[in-house]
Amino acid sequence: MTELKSHLKNDYKYGFVTEIESESFKKGLNEEVITQISQVKNEPQWMLDSRLKAFKYWQTLKEPRWPEFDYPEINYQDIIYYSAPKKNVEEKKSLDELDPELLKTFEKLGIPLQEQKRISGVAMDVVFDSVSVGTTHKEILDEAGVIFCSISEAIQKYPELVKKYMGTVVPYKDNFFAALNAAVFTDGSFCYIPKGVTCPMDLSTYFRINAEETGQFERTLLIADEGSFVNYLEGCTAPMRDSNQLHAAVVELVAMERAEIKYSTVQNWYAGDKDGIGGIFNFVTKRGRCLGNDSKISWTQVEAGSAITWKYPSCILQGDRSEGFFYSVALTHDKMKADTGTKMVHVGKNTKSTIIAKGISTDQSQNSYRGQVKMMKSASGARNYTQCDSMLVGDESNANTFPVIDVGNKSAIVEHEASTSRISEDQLFYLQTRGLDLEESISILVNGFCKDVFKQLPLEFSVEAVKLIEMKLENSVG
Amino acid sequence: MLKIKNLKAAVDGTEILKGLNLEVKAGEVHAIMGPNGSGKSTLSKVVAGHPSYEVTAGDVEFEINFKYKNLLELSPDERAKEGVFLAFQYPVEVPGVSNIKFLQTAFNSVCKHQGSKALNEEDFLVFLKEKAKIMGMKDDFFYRAVNAGFSGGEKKKNEILQMAVLSPRVAFLDETDSGLDIDALRVVSNGINQLKNKHNAIVLVTHYQRLLDYIKPDYVHVLSDGKIIETGDFNLAKKLEDKGYDWLVH
Repeated sequence: MTELKSHLKNDYKYGFVTEIESESFKKGLNEEVITQISQVKNEPQWMLDSRLKAFKYWQTLKEPRWPEFDYPEINYQDIIYYSAPKKNVEEKKSLDELDPELLKTFEKLGIPLQEQKRISGVAMDVVFDSVSVGTTHKEILDEAGVIFCSISEAIQKYPELVKKYMGTVVPYKDNFFAALNAAVFTDGSFCYIPKGVTCPMDLSTYFRINAEETGQFERTLLIADEGSFVNYLEGCTAPMRDSNQLHAAVVELVAMERAEIKYSTVQNWYAGDKDGIGGIFNFVTKRGRCLGNDSKISWTQVEAGSAITWKYPSCILQGDRSEGFFYSVALTHDKMKADTGTKMVHVGKNTKSTIIAKGISTDQSQNSYRGQVKMMKSASGARNYTQCDSMLVGDESNANTFPVIDVGNKSAIVEHEASTSRISEDQLFYLQTRGLDLEESISILVNGFCKDVFKQLPLEFSVEAVKLIEMKLENSVG
Repeated sequence: MLKIKNLKAAVDGTEILKGLNLEVKAGEVHAIMGPNGSGKSTLSKVVAGHPSYEVTAGDVEFEINFKYKNLLELSPDERAKEGVFLAFQYPVEVPGVSNIKFLQTAFNSVCKHQGSKALNEEDFLVFLKEKAKIMGMKDDFFYRAVNAGFSGGEKKKNEILQMAVLSPRVAFLDETDSGLDIDALRVVSNGINQLKNKHNAIVLVTHYQRLLDYIKPDYVHVLSDGKIIETGDFNLAKKLEDKGYDWLVH
């Protein structure tokens, strides 16, 4: 039984490696490497200057160590900062002309890129190691005036937009990993929804780490102009490797007056094996600014992978009556460590925020919710509702909640609810004596627990998320 | 229908059932009484397949339409699908899952196994309303999370509602009367009586005779130290109520 269990647990079906010829820089981080990244991307001088400025600042910083757990020292000189498939990436005309190995890879991951096989209704930008290998459904988006491309392309083609907004939500001085990202970011997505446009289809970026010893430094910038709407989805996977790999992303969202951005993530990076060997360090800064009045930003995340996750998708609610939402399910198993939550900063009047965070911890994993609700002096009539629930499976796992509430305006209202429960043998037995098999029993328990979050996801994503969580839990409980 | 032969079971290495024999036929009501710690709850749990109990010897044979199955070889859900039901002494809370969704999932799992038609949401609601009448339960009950925040009485009623929905062949009711006031006891007993028929069997596990005033057993068994030491009719229960267990045990 134990054998079967451990066998099942390693059943990470995205853990394969693509054999493809890559062009990689040497390991190490210095001004020269950064200049090389900038050169290979053919960037304008201002971009390089901004990278070097961030790098100078980063060198003065110390890696943060606030969580309750230890993890191996990261040697930043032992990481490859740029790796890209050699063929077809730079001068491809259409996605059909991509290296067949790449096409095969993404097909295996469930995202066919070829013209005829594409998922309809979702435009995809696909990032493989350090580069975007292509974006689908460009024609339909062009027609609506929606810009959706890699950030590298945007720096070339839309420098004014990039200059105006990049770093305004997450400045390079924000934190250690944001500074590192600002210096060495290699690719990610850029999206601009013009005034009054409801994006004709969902936008999606898929991140794949393939090369060994490579860090992925994603940079994504999404701008929703007045009265526009966009639904954005993000997925991530990586091969199974014995060494840890770093994914340090920065995502910035800007919502103008009456604009609405819904941003959903299903994160399934390789989590390491049952002894905690290998896996991705997922150190991510995600933040949205509700710049205009009556704007809305919602973050929905299903965090089911990575050896360590530090992630706090946040909202700055600047416009009056703007609204921020954070819906999260974080599942940890084996030796995984997740420290995730959100910050809601209320600046504008009558701003509202909702936080629903669900943590499921199994095996010897650690799962923490860390959040901050800040009501500024200017935030008259602001409201927040927070609900944090933890579910423990077995008796070796660990769940924590670290909420910080900071109220600077007397008319603001903050509500906080929290609970801890356990999937117990008794619960499973009870359901089984009613004729539900183990799988159905776990499914009904988890669905019940995560219902409020799953219903925020787009349908296809929601089905995938439920399956992913069930599969991971089944291995832990069964 | 159910034949338990020389059943021995242990939990954490301590033997609780020490060679228990019991035969239950269709249409019968059995009562199992006995002092605290005699193994009453263990018997119900072992029959239902609780994973914490290790069966060290004996057989539990279950017969349906002349087909015999060894229950001990089946998982708890397979036993349920064959028609074994356990009403819990302490029903478990399932937060976030509505009663109706739970009942429908359970009902359809059992239907699927027994080759009858599954019901969609709409039809199931009609079916459930009919069953809930037996227990005098209102619709708002369907949409609350399973047992979460239920009063003791509501939990016990919910157990019998589940029994009504699943219509088991043999039902073990583990101290269904405990924690009930007189009115609730009457409603619950009345419900059980309505569910009783000549095709199914009921095993009442109880401390007290008062439940048996409402549900008349055909047999009363006294369980002591993991074995049935006395079997009789309703008069045995009365005698126990008057004299306690001591006269039998010693």
